[in-house]
Amino acid sequence: MSEWLPPESESPEEAVPTTGPAVGRDEWVAREGERRVSRAGWAGTVEERLRRVPWWAWLMLFVAAGSLMPVFESSGYVRLVGFNTVVYMMLALGLNLVVGWGGLLDLGYIAFFGVGSYVYAIFDSAKFGYHVPSILIIPAATIVGALVGLLVGLPSRRLSGDYLAIVTLFFLELFETVATNGNQIFGHDITGGSFGISTVFPLSFAGHTLAVQHNGIFAVSYYYLAIVMFVIVYVSLFFVNNSRTGRAWRSLREDPLAAEVMGMPVNWLKLTSFATGAGVAALAGTISTALNASVYPLNFSPVVLITLYAMVILGGSGSQPGVVVGAFLVSVLLQVLQDPGQARVLFYLVIVVGVIAAYRVSVRLAIVAASTAVFGIATHAIAASFHHSWVDGAHGGLAGVLANWVVVPERLTPWVGQVAYLLLLVGMLCATQLRGRLRLVTLPPTLYLAAFVWENQMIPNPGPARYIVLGLLLIVLMIVRPNGLLGERRVEIN
Amino acid sequence: MSANGAPPLLELNAVDTYYGQIHILQALSIRIAAGELVCLLGGNASGKSTTLKTILGIVQPRNGTVSIEGEDVTKRPTSYRIARGLAIVPENRRLFAPMTVLENLEMGAYLRGGGSKEDFDRVYELFPRVYERRTQLAGTLSGGEQQMVAMGRALMSRPRLLLMDEPSMGLAPILVERNFEIIKQVHESGVAILVVEQNANVSLSIADRGYVLSTGRLVLEGKAAELRENDDLRKAYLGH
Repeated sequence: MSEWLPPESESPEEAVPTTGPAVGRDEWVAREGERRVSRAGWAGTVEERLRRVPWWAWLMLFVAAGSLMPVFESSGYVRLVGFNTVVYMMLALGLNLVVGWGGLLDLGYIAFFGVGSYVYAIFDSAKFGYHVPSILIIPAATIVGALVGLLVGLPSRRLSGDYLAIVTLFFLELFETVATNGNQIFGHDITGGSFGISTVFPLSFAGHTLAVQHNGIFAVSYYYLAIVMFVIVYVSLFFVNNSRTGRAWRSLREDPLAAEVMGMPVNWLKLTSFATGAGVAALAGTISTALNASVYPLNFSPVVLITLYAMVILGGSGSQPGVVVGAFLVSVLLQVLQDPGQARVLFYLVIVVGVIAAYRVSVRLAIVAASTAVFGIATHAIAASFHHSWVDGAHGGLAGVLANWVVVPERLTPWVGQVAYLLLLVGMLCATQLRGRLRLVTLPPTLYLAAFVWENQMIPNPGPARYIVLGLLLIVLMIVRPNGLLGERRVEIN
Repeated sequence: MSANGAPPLLELNAVDTYYGQIHILQALSIRIAAGELVCLLGGNASGKSTTLKTILGIVQPRNGTVSIEGEDVTKRPTSYRIARGLAIVPENRRLFAPMTVLENLEMGAYLRGGGSKEDFDRVYELFPRVYERRTQLAGTLSGGEQQMVAMGRALMSRPRLLLMDEPSMGLAPILVERNFEIIKQVHESGVAILVVEQNANVSLSIADRGYVLSTGRLVLEGKAAELRENDDLRKAYLGH
């Protein structure tokens, strides 16, 4: 009977039955669309307009922006970060295919990246004396990656959740072991062992070699080539996702039993999803290895895998643009956060965006902003009235401006910082768990504490700080958008 | 069974199905001829769902055979049996919630390449409501609409035998009646139907024949009209 009871709803009028017998939870869910469209004001209009922009226009815009980057940025370092970001995007697209569409928890994904890298390195390096043309070795490495994926998938027969996770994790370990000890397989050196292969040739097409460096800095041609590969991967995966096979993958992820009784070849579909993802990873491996001119077993450690999963989850598993944005954000963030000044800007940006996302443009947002500002000014004034050295710790730039609001002493007694840190954690717990007015009350002090801890504790220690900011970003995001930045809201039946 | 001597559309012959050590179906024999509407009745834990799983090949019987039109398919996978003309409307519908109605229908015709225009038209003709909702996500439909989509999805594979697992489950009484009218309508379009139900009253009112299961054994079988007059069944299911 409970199925026919009205759902728990914040606004009672939504739960009131209006027509016929088909009332209850289903009807309430059915109005989800109406409610979304009816969001009033310019925000709703903009949202509706943006929804109508076709996917390829977004992609073109994104690629155009990316392609312009080297025009404005001549630093080789920034360009290299750009290249790595594009490689991460490709990897995220492949992982999204396996995890987001296929619903397969693949913990060995990064090993296929390694397979592609090693295939390229072995057949295109001075170490072994092979020099296979890039036009052949890139597709070959991709196919080998997909085939290895097929082989790994085959023994775990029904390829379901936990079993697949364990098998693939084991495969990652196996891959690392083989790569590390590959210099003595039956007396032959195949992978160069733990020293890897460091004499890899750059890409070459029709006898023309794409130099890795140009006048001593990173050659931008690799960046553009990576973008071209990314676009190819993106577009082909887009069409795969919108094919019958793509929809079959998703239905399989939603309900394997229902998919099976529709007559779908369940195991085969899972295998193809798994192997295609592996192929994409291997493809990303080739260009990455060609640029780095080397490959080491340590390139394929679980840390890279975790970073990739963070990208996919943050962006919204299952959404192609989502995981691309996720990859972009995480990859750029990890670089940006190495500089305390940039990390500071980002830190406050995350907080501001988080608060805005939580409250939207509303009276409550104004209340939070105003009371946080007032709270800070008051605290600052009280601290300054004790002794001017209590507020004299920061000068110049954003830090100097902020020091008119945040208390930054010249020297902070260590325990104060630690207590503030603990208080911040308590405040964060309260702010996320409480609702309504209580949250409004706890939020301003918490935000202020966050700024205090950041300026006094984090800025002097940028190393751990960057992972904390990244973690914070993930937490905020998971609260505000549980399905990732661009992930679809899940619709549940029953 | 068939008057003209043709093999029945579906035949379970002395099937024994086990879950590990537990004997679920015990020497179960069922026959369904082309174009028939048969119901399989039984209470909780009587083996109704296991019968369906055995028919579809999700579980393998230890003894006995499952055959479709005389062909032994006991060792064949589910997809083969679907291709041979079986289709199922699962219990609780089990639509693919985050996919549109259209995509759900297409998945029903997966083995036939996603379905032709005629397949879609046939479903829309039966369920005009499904046509109206075709671009909506299946999870946002009301219960009755979801039932229609689930039936439409099963019909997309052009089955000759439609298996219905507890079609009255979780629906309001008025929707149950409508649901069975739809079943009747589908049946009249020439599809044989096996309705697996706890609700003996409604099922027997539309069925040609019925089987009654109890703890994995067939305890009664016969014409629907006769079963409705049967005292034991009335005591057990019809409550009067």
